[in-house]
Amino acid sequence: MGVKQDNGDPEKILPPIEQDLSNEIDAKLRKYLRGEGANLEVLKDKKLKGQLSVREELYGISAKAAAKAEEWLMPSEGGYLEVEGIEKPWRINQLSITSEINLSSLKNQHDIIIPDLGPYTLDFNSSGRYMAVAGRRGHLAVVDMKNMSLIKEIQVRETVHDIVFLHNELFFAAAQKKYPYIYNRDGIELHCLKEHGSVLRLQFLKNHFLLASINKFGQLHYQDVTMGEMIGNIRTGLGRTDVMQVNPFNGVVGLGHSGGTVSMWKPTSAVPLVKMLCHPGPVSAMAFHPNGHIMATSGKERKIKIWDLRKFEVLQTIPGHAKALDFSQKGLLAAGNGSFVQIFGDLSESQNYSRYMGHSMVKGYQIGKVLFRPYEDVLALGHSMGWSSILIPGSGEPNFDTWVANPYETSKQRREKEVRSLLDKLPPETIMLNPSKIGTMRPVKKKEKQSKQEIEAEMEAAVEAVKDIAFKNKTKGRNKASKKAKKKKEVIERVKRPFLDKEMKDDEKLAKKQKISEENALPMALQRFASKKPTA
Amino acid sequence: MKVKVISRSDDDFTRERSQDLQRVFRNFDPNLRPQEKAIEYARALNAAKLDKIFARPFIGAMDGHIDAVSCMAKNPNYLKGIFSGSMDGDIRLWDIASRRTVRQFPGHQGAVRGLTASTDGRILVSCGTDCTVRLWNVPIATIVESDDSSNHAAEPLAVYTGKNAFWGVDHQWDGELFATAGAQVDIWNHNRSQPINSFEWGTDTVISVRFNPGEPNLLATSASDRSITLYDLRVSSPARKLIMRTKTNSIAWNPMEPMNFTVANEDCNCYSYDARKFEEAKCVHKDHVSAVMDIDFSPTGREFATGSYDRTVRIFQYNGGHSREIYHTKRMQRVFCVKFSCDASYIISGSDDTNLRLWKAKASEQLGVLLPRERKRHEYNEALKNRYKHLPEVKRIVRHRHLPKPIYKAAALRRTVTEAERRKEERRKAHSAPGSVVTEPLRKRRIIKEEE
Repeated sequence: MGVKQDNGDPEKILPPIEQDLSNEIDAKLRKYLRGEGANLEVLKDKKLKGQLSVREELYGISAKAAAKAEEWLMPSEGGYLEVEGIEKPWRINQLSITSEINLSSLKNQHDIIIPDLGPYTLDFNSSGRYMAVAGRRGHLAVVDMKNMSLIKEIQVRETVHDIVFLHNELFFAAAQKKYPYIYNRDGIELHCLKEHGSVLRLQFLKNHFLLASINKFGQLHYQDVTMGEMIGNIRTGLGRTDVMQVNPFNGVVGLGHSGGTVSMWKPTSAVPLVKMLCHPGPVSAMAFHPNGHIMATSGKERKIKIWDLRKFEVLQTIPGHAKALDFSQKGLLAAGNGSFVQIFGDLSESQNYSRYMGHSMVKGYQIGKVLFRPYEDVLALGHSMGWSSILIPGSGEPNFDTWVANPYETSKQRREKEVRSLLDKLPPETIMLNPSKIGTMRPVKKKEKQSKQEIEAEMEAAVEAVKDIAFKNKTKGRNKASKKAKKKKEVIERVKRPFLDKEMKDDEKLAKKQKISEENALPMALQRFASKKPTA
Repeated sequence: MKVKVISRSDDDFTRERSQDLQRVFRNFDPNLRPQEKAIEYARALNAAKLDKIFARPFIGAMDGHIDAVSCMAKNPNYLKGIFSGSMDGDIRLWDIASRRTVRQFPGHQGAVRGLTASTDGRILVSCGTDCTVRLWNVPIATIVESDDSSNHAAEPLAVYTGKNAFWGVDHQWDGELFATAGAQVDIWNHNRSQPINSFEWGTDTVISVRFNPGEPNLLATSASDRSITLYDLRVSSPARKLIMRTKTNSIAWNPMEPMNFTVANEDCNCYSYDARKFEEAKCVHKDHVSAVMDIDFSPTGREFATGSYDRTVRIFQYNGGHSREIYHTKRMQRVFCVKFSCDASYIISGSDDTNLRLWKAKASEQLGVLLPRERKRHEYNEALKNRYKHLPEVKRIVRHRHLPKPIYKAAALRRTVTEAERRKEERRKAHSAPGSVVTEPLRKRRIIKEEE
């Protein structure tokens, strides 16, 4: 093959290793390009076209730089599980993993048994370093998962339904028997959110600083935790539910209902954005993929369904029951049922979820919550006897971004980040199904031409409006019936005028157009014989 | 079976000693940053708001004159100095940094009408209604700064007397000629007491004169017969003349595109012309509500400042139809002269209330030496505003200016008047035979004729 091939495909002349590399970079590049570029061909404005093409070029360059720098910026490699021969990954249990991994990861396999304080639920902060746990019988605790140390635990002596971290690990909210409360890390009660009522499930929207809750009466509340303002108070009218999940991609809250529907809400509208019938029976759990395009729901009829949220279509139906669902950062799906948790993975990257791993606990434990720990290969389970943590290789994002979520955050960095995130706080109006619409212009609507009947109807209406106007009585002699009738006629004529004018003008235009097209249709030599009169 | 799970050792991710910098890791994966576009938009909005908060263009007033400031001149060779002349014949040299008078040049009997400095900054030329042209030695900057006792009175280097009052003077950019405007246009040499050349075209008084920055022998004048005339010193007769409907008060050449110049007109507008094409203006800059008195281009050639009889200073893009900025204060009266500083970052205005005022050219610019981080932040904010400038919310904030009530009302009135005229024209057109009424664009409408 020639070394110089000017018009040939440039990829062809690359040696195989380099070609592999360039393919790899292409795949990475696609991630950073964030979708297709704008179509500039349709633009007529040359100047704008030039400016935009320069802009597009810049986007390409920056995406390429990010793709190339990935190697250097991201030191950590993700976890994996490779099997040989007839081994199946789902037959590998936690014990056999233990012998293969290094010592520091061992602490991530543990069971904490607290039988008296009832089923546990839990939440991680955004960096995955801290975990908040809540026992149904009133046990609240914050745990540092890196050092495996208990930061604080309190007993509120009340039923606790849910717990959630606010924007950082310093504050958490707990949904208790009558109201949700906000505590700080030291266990001091800061606020009692009476307006929310008896809350079953809490979610925190990080970018908007909104605390969303669903209460016993099916009311959805949104409260701004910075100013304390109640942003939204929506009656769903779909009954009591404790299935609630925020779509991290756009901030839309999804609710699963006993009628089998899943509804999606934003704080600024009283009607759901989407209401879809997902299951014939009650929805028992739901989860959103971090990229926001995939949703998993499970119904009481023993089916787990994977949905494409762009088309609102079922991608896959997996038989099995799940009381709790969660997606990991890398897209693994955990489904907990009874004392068994199953992990599904999109292993072939064709949106086809298949069995990846499984883990069964002691018989009789009822798993109520499954949650992947961010930036770690760890799945945390909240169950009726306490909480457990197991290793799921390949579930977490190996490389964190210091400015997004940092497990090694110092208090100074945390303070800095709090200020930054407050400055970037989003208004609640930015919650919408497609958040990439923000910052774009609405396309100009083409004016639709009115039909002849419509114009006529409009004219009739205008005439009707002036017909019944009573005229003032004039001086003697000017009040005759004939004069009045004449005046009325004049008024009606005046109202009709603009409509008639417009009609005439349109007709003229049409005639002109016809004439031009007629002329064009004829060959040059014959055009002088074309009729000069516009055809009627 | 091969298994690996993520395990991080603290040593790799934390600093070793407390003196070290904290380690930073980046991952630009879009999935980690949901709603990045919304966040960017929120930042753009904040940037626009911050810009408004920090918009404090007025730096200070320089008072000292005891009558209205009529003219100013920059020292092309010295950034901090500016000369100003007043209606009572007083000429002062100011130090902009300390905002104090450095030196006075007494001698004129009547109002000083024109001031200019030679390109090397050594000689100051002034002229006035007392029919004299005076040449002054400009003190060297370093000496002036070192002695504290200001208010040194200087003696004129030379006094040349003419027959009529002088209305303006401008120095050649490259050479030692200067031109005065009055009953006629006189070209002078530093060393000769009589003009070396005189031009006359028409009988009316010439009120402003400006040399071309690119071609030293070309100059433009405006006269009270509403004309703008171009002269070439290499030929004995004037080159071209343009008569507009209203008088032109001042002329400024674009220093970066020396074939273009912009004129400040009595009819509240500024007109940009190409010196080679007089049949229509390149651009009409509207926004003032009273006669524009003076105009000066930024050294970058991208924008110019105007001072108006409506008590405001405005900044226009060289190709923008409307001003990008308006400056006003309660105490500033009719603005007679305005100058852009030689580093394009300040504007100096002289007004009827005897004060010179110093303004920032960019209202919200941070002065002083910027840290690299600060500079990057400003650049980022600027880019954000630029990206989202078309969105209604951002546009509204960026465009909004508080106007004094009289100006707001006058602008509304002008708008009504022009709108009414436009409507009338439209109706007239609709009711006449097609083609009989031709609407001329504003770029042509204000031009009466062009003479060769």
